[in-house]
Amino acid sequence: MDAASLTGGLRDPARDGARAFRAAMEVMARPGTIATLDHAAPPAPLSAAAGTLLLVLCDPDTPVWLAGACETGAVRDWLAFHTGAPVVAGPGDCAFAVGRWDALTPLDAYPAGTPEYPDRSATLIVELDRLLPGGTVLEGPGIAVQAALPLPDPAAFAANAARFPLGVDTFFTSGTHVAALPRSTKVLV
Amino acid sequence: MYVAVKGGARAIANAHAWLAEERRGDPTLPDLTVAQVREQMALAVNRVMAEGSLYDPDLAALAIKQARGDLIEAIFLIRAYRTTLPRFGASRPIDTAAMACDRRISATFKDVPGGQVLGPTFDYTHRLLDFALAAEGITPDAPRAPAPAGPVPHVTGFLNREGLIQPEPETDATPPDLTREPLELPADRALRLQALARADEGFLLGLAYSTQRGYARNHAFVGELRIGAVAVEMDIPELGFAIEIGEITVTECETVNQFTGSKTEPAQFTRGYGLVFGQTERKSIAMALVDRALRWQELGEDFVGAPAQDAEFVLYHADNIQATGFLEHIKLPHYVDFQSELELIRKLRRGVEAGAEGTE
Amino acid sequence: MTDYNFAYLDEQTKRMIRRAILKALAIPGYQVPFASREMPMPYGWGTGGVQVMAATLVPEDTLKVIDQGADDTTNAVSIRSFFERTAGVAVTEATAEATVIQTRHRIPETPLTEGQILVYQVPIPEPLRFLEPRETETRKMHALEEYGLMHVKLYEDIARHGTIATAYAYPVKVEGRYVMDPSPIPKFDNPKLDSAAIQLFGAGREQRIYALPPHTRVVSLDFEDHPFDPSRADHPCALCGATDSYLDEVITDDAGTRMFLCSDTDYCAGRQAAGHMGAAQAGAA
Repeated sequence: MDAASLTGGLRDPARDGARAFRAAMEVMARPGTIATLDHAAPPAPLSAAAGTLLLVLCDPDTPVWLAGACETGAVRDWLAFHTGAPVVAGPGDCAFAVGRWDALTPLDAYPAGTPEYPDRSATLIVELDRLLPGGTVLEGPGIAVQAALPLPDPAAFAANAARFPLGVDTFFTSGTHVAALPRSTKVLV
Repeated sequence: MYVAVKGGARAIANAHAWLAEERRGDPTLPDLTVAQVREQMALAVNRVMAEGSLYDPDLAALAIKQARGDLIEAIFLIRAYRTTLPRFGASRPIDTAAMACDRRISATFKDVPGGQVLGPTFDYTHRLLDFALAAEGITPDAPRAPAPAGPVPHVTGFLNREGLIQPEPETDATPPDLTREPLELPADRALRLQALARADEGFLLGLAYSTQRGYARNHAFVGELRIGAVAVEMDIPELGFAIEIGEITVTECETVNQFTGSKTEPAQFTRGYGLVFGQTERKSIAMALVDRALRWQELGEDFVGAPAQDAEFVLYHADNIQATGFLEHIKLPHYVDFQSELELIRKLRRGVEAGAEGTE
Repeated sequence: MTDYNFAYLDEQTKRMIRRAILKALAIPGYQVPFASREMPMPYGWGTGGVQVMAATLVPEDTLKVIDQGADDTTNAVSIRSFFERTAGVAVTEATAEATVIQTRHRIPETPLTEGQILVYQVPIPEPLRFLEPRETETRKMHALEEYGLMHVKLYEDIARHGTIATAYAYPVKVEGRYVMDPSPIPKFDNPKLDSAAIQLFGAGREQRIYALPPHTRVVSLDFEDHPFDPSRADHPCALCGATDSYLDEVITDDAGTRMFLCSDTDYCAGRQAAGHMGAAQAGAA
């Protein structure tokens, strides 16, 4: 572990953590809205937004899968030092997964909860090249009429929504931007 | 003109001030020290440590003083403090066979290797008020004997050796942690025992007593009851070995219960188990009886509908901090809900009265 | 209270609660189990709401706390001062100025807006609990979407009383899937569950968190021939004259003289400040 993995954490863990969670909660509660998350400085290729989410939500109780190019020694060390979260080798038993869409897919490889405990399901952090308003049209809880997000594969998310109340929940990150798509959102394809 | 009641903040501050005054009592009398509570109210301290799930006699004594002797309130203070403590790691399982016993009795054998040790018990005191205690300056001096050397084997081990008691499989599995994961049913035995260890003594006493009176009777004998100090060890990954981080006093009760058997399984005694912080004999015996009653399923017995057999009933109602909070919360204002019921009952009565007029 | 962390709870506990809140928002109306901690106030006195609040507050928040609709009831005062001390947040009694509101038993009369968060204290989160005491059974019922027992209960009410005899904690169905307990709010407040604010429900002793994202479809259970009726006392407020607010009934003398007042003290004070007047004020003027 080199010195770089010791840096890039939250400056004020309690207060920055609270602010960052609040932004994450707002986007999960309002699919289609985009917020700023820049409280962490993770090693490449993680974005600031994805790194912040990992710091705010992960700890020794949450297995994390680093998918594809995210699986680097620097990311592992950084995550281990700041969160203590165990890194797992695949999607099957992770609580969180982070990576680019093609490394994360397919969605049905993740824990989707059980009928008694649908909350025991994975949360994905999908890194996008850019995250701008607009895209696939969305309806459902958290949305007054309609909203939109640039989903990488609308059909996959529509299929995830069709499994409700089971399914995975997703954050989209790019640079310092974050948006979310809970399983409850109807994806109009 | 009507002016709505205000002043919640001042009322609360005044109540706290009055409480502090009542706590102190007559100021011409000396203030009770925490050390006095710890040393002279030790069984109250033990109960607070056990149900507060925190082994710290000084803090328990402070809590008892602060709570004016209300032990459930003291347990609550300890629990609320305990939540704020960081968790550095987990200890290794304590080894009660290596206990330095202050008390060790078996009801199932007249004598056992290591001997019967009565220890500091109320058992054979005659419950006559000792007015000498009301006078000051008594410093009793008990006779001393050398401590027995070496580990003291468990009585149930002798039955185990003959295969006469149902064996307990050993496991290195990490037990679930009630304080960090929500209670989920069905609860395995490790989780049930954890819940019982911090359960309300009175609740367990009543449940255990009910099994003796026939509500899932399981014919318990105290195979062994031992009280004493055990070492607490913790693995230090950086060192690669375990070190002793302290010593705690615990009470352990193993009951030998009614036997089971079938065409394929020879008849065997069964067990109940109680382990509680401090000298807490009543609680540990009650715990063992309730533990045994809750094991009906794994031992192939019938569910006879007894409260002590019903894990969901026992585990959801055994915690006195949960129970007392919810019980006492009904003294908080509920006038909004009451008003809605008032409106409803008036409406229902209007309906009936209108109906009665209509038929006349 | 410098010895304690920001908003009292340690960071690991907050993370656990925060993960539960996100799952609760993703599955509206479903009760997420969480490892509730012992708090410095008793179970049954709002520990669930307090834990959800502690995991949600940011230093920039403006907090309002109500109990029975009023900011100055003793438990509201106590919880508000707890967060003033442990989180250093600003506090207010004005619904419109608050960014987060903790409530016991009421939804404010002033409509909540985008950006506001309403945190409910919940005693018994399971709407089926009084019909089936076993958690193992009710969990199965939710999993199978088997809510027949609830409909039978409501129907028996109608057969016996001619109307549904539930006046508060009136069950709702969320997005056509989960039956949910809206906490013991009077049924008058049920239509307000359809809100622009984020609504979070915390049950500490029962170890459950559930949520309604903004604009979630929330329907009070009823029957076609017995539609839901959010009734209130048929009086205007004696102080502000409001005819659209939920009213407390206050007994003012030994002869049992009664007066009806807004339960939402901020709403009532705001109307009086705007010049509205009820019968009690007009008589005194």
